[in-house]
Amino acid sequence: MSALRPEELFEAPAPAVRGPLRGLYSGNTRSVVARGLHVMARTNWVVVLTGFFEPVFYLFSMGIGLGALIGGVEFYGSEVPYAAYIAPALMAVSAMNGAVYDSTMNVFFKMRHAKLYQQMLSTSLGPLDVALGEILLALFRGLLYACGFMAVTTLMGLNLSWTAVLAIPAALVIAFGFASFGMAVTSYMKTFQHLDYVFFLMAPMFMLSATFFPIEVYPQGFQAVIQALPLWHGVDMIRQLTTGLIQPSIWLHLLYFAVMIALGLWFTTARLRALFLR
Amino acid sequence: MPTTASAPVIAATGLTKRYGDFTAVDGIDFEIAPGEAFGFLGPNGAGKSTTMRMIAATSTRTSGELSVLGFDPADHGPEIRAQLGIVPQADQLDEELRVIDNLIVYGRYFGLPLPYVRRRAEELLEFAQLTEKRKARVDGLSGGMKRRLTIARGLINAPKAMLLDEPTTGLDPQARHVLWDRLFRLKEEGTTLVLTTHYMDEAEQLCDRLVVVDKGAIVAEGSPSALIRQYSTREVLEVRFGSARNEEAARGIEGIGERIEVLPDRVLVYADDGEAAMSAVHDRGLSPVTSLVRRSSLEDVFLRLTGRSLVD
Repeated sequence: MSALRPEELFEAPAPAVRGPLRGLYSGNTRSVVARGLHVMARTNWVVVLTGFFEPVFYLFSMGIGLGALIGGVEFYGSEVPYAAYIAPALMAVSAMNGAVYDSTMNVFFKMRHAKLYQQMLSTSLGPLDVALGEILLALFRGLLYACGFMAVTTLMGLNLSWTAVLAIPAALVIAFGFASFGMAVTSYMKTFQHLDYVFFLMAPMFMLSATFFPIEVYPQGFQAVIQALPLWHGVDMIRQLTTGLIQPSIWLHLLYFAVMIALGLWFTTARLRALFLR
Repeated sequence: MPTTASAPVIAATGLTKRYGDFTAVDGIDFEIAPGEAFGFLGPNGAGKSTTMRMIAATSTRTSGELSVLGFDPADHGPEIRAQLGIVPQADQLDEELRVIDNLIVYGRYFGLPLPYVRRRAEELLEFAQLTEKRKARVDGLSGGMKRRLTIARGLINAPKAMLLDEPTTGLDPQARHVLWDRLFRLKEEGTTLVLTTHYMDEAEQLCDRLVVVDKGAIVAEGSPSALIRQYSTREVLEVRFGSARNEEAARGIEGIGERIEVLPDRVLVYADDGEAAMSAVHDRGLSPVTSLVRRSSLEDVFLRLTGRSLVD
C-alpha cells in the first residue's frame, strides 16, 4: 500500500445544507474561525493592543481631565458624572473600531493580497461560511476590547448599575453590525487608499454621535441625521446599561442592529459570491 | 461492468461563458472518464482557466450543460468541491501558516476530523518531498516546492478528480520533471487528472487524451499520438536562413515535403522523412544557417490547426 492511498483514506463529508442556502453554505464556519485564531495566537498582538489602548487614553484625558471642569451631565433626567457619561460611549466606539479594523484592513489584506478567500472557496466551504467566520473573528476581537475596557471602567468606578454587565453582549451586537457591513464594503476596495474613505467616515461619527455631550445640543434636523447612524444607537444603548437608566428605546436600538446585521450578512455573502463565484 | 463505473466524471455540452460582449468559452463539448488524464491544450486566453473554474463551481456558466461528479455546479458548489482537488494557476498558499499547517487547516475546511488530517498531512508532505520543510515558512520555499505543496494540499480530501491549471508554468526544467513524476504517480493510482497547459511536452507526458482549444472553442480532440498522426507528418525539418531571408528561401523550398510553415525565425518543412527533405533542400542549392530534423509534436498540431504558435 503506497503513501498516497493508505488503507484508511477519508473522503471529505458531503455538505448537508439544503434549501435556499445550498451552494452558499456548508455549515463549516468553525474551520474558518479556527484558522483565524491559529494565526491570531501567533501574531498581531501589538495591533490588538493598540486598539484597546485608544479608548482608554480618551477616557483618561477627557473623562478625568475634562470631567474635573464639567462635573456632571444630565442623561434621561438624572445627573451622571462626566467620566461615567463618556465611558459607555467609548466602549461602543471600541467595539466599532475593533470590528471595523478587522473587517476592513485585515479582510482587505486577505482578499486582495493573500488570496485567502480564493483558497477557502476551492474547498467545500461556501461564501457564507467564509463571511460568517471572518465576522465572528472580528467579533472576537470586539469582545476582547469590550472586556478589557469594562475591566478598566469597573476599576475606576464608572459603572453605576449591575446592568453594566449587559454592556459586554451589547458591545458584541454593535461589533456584529459593523463587521457584517464592513466586509461587504471592503469587497469594493481595490487599493489600500480606498480604506481611507472608511476612516474618513468613522472619525466624524465617533466625535458627533453623542459620544462626549448630549445629542440635544444639536438642532433638530442634525439630531435626526446622527440618530440615523449606527454609532448613536450603540452609544445610547450601552449608556443606558452602564448607568442603569434603561429606557424602552433600548429595544429600538437592538432592532436597528438586528436589521443592520441581517442586511450586512446578505450584502457580504452577495459580494463574496460576486467576487469569487463569478 | 456496471454502467456507473464508466459514467463520465465530468461532462459538458455546449458549455458557454460570456463576460459582457466577450465570449471566453464558446459552446464546448467534452467528456472525461474516471481515471483518465485529460488535458486542455491551448495558448493563454483560450478559455482554459475559465473552463476549469466552471468545473470547480467557482464560476457560473452562461449557457449549456455541465455535470461534475453527477452534480450540476450551478447549485451544488460545496458538494462538488468536496470531491475535487484544485490546484490553481498561481500558487495560493496561506503565507500566515507554516508548511504543515497549510495542509492541516485546508483539510479542516473540508470538515475532515483533526486527528485524521494531522496524519494525512504528514503522508502528503512525504509524497511532496517536503518532510524536511514541515515547519518552514511558506514564503521561503522555492517555486517547485510551493507547487508541490499546493498539489499535496489539493490531495488532502482524497479527491475523485484533480484540477491542475498550468501545473508547471514558471518552473525550471528540473522542478518540472519532479512534478511530472508526482503527477504520473497520481495517475497510476487511478486519480482522474484534468489539466490545462500551453506546453506541448507536458500534454504529451501526462495526457491520455486532450482537446486543443483556441479562442474559446475546441478545434481538435484525441490522444497526443493520434492528433500528431492526424494533423502532422512523422518528422519535421526546421531550417533557418536568417530573419530577412526566410520568406524568400521558403519559396525555393516549395514542393518539398507535404507542407511548409514560415515562422518569423525559421521555416518548418513537414515530411515523413526529414533527412530526405534536408537533402532535397540542399539539392536545390539552398544552404540554411542551421537545420534540424525532429519528430512532430503537439506544437505542430496547434500550428496546423490555428496558424499560430502556442507560446507567444
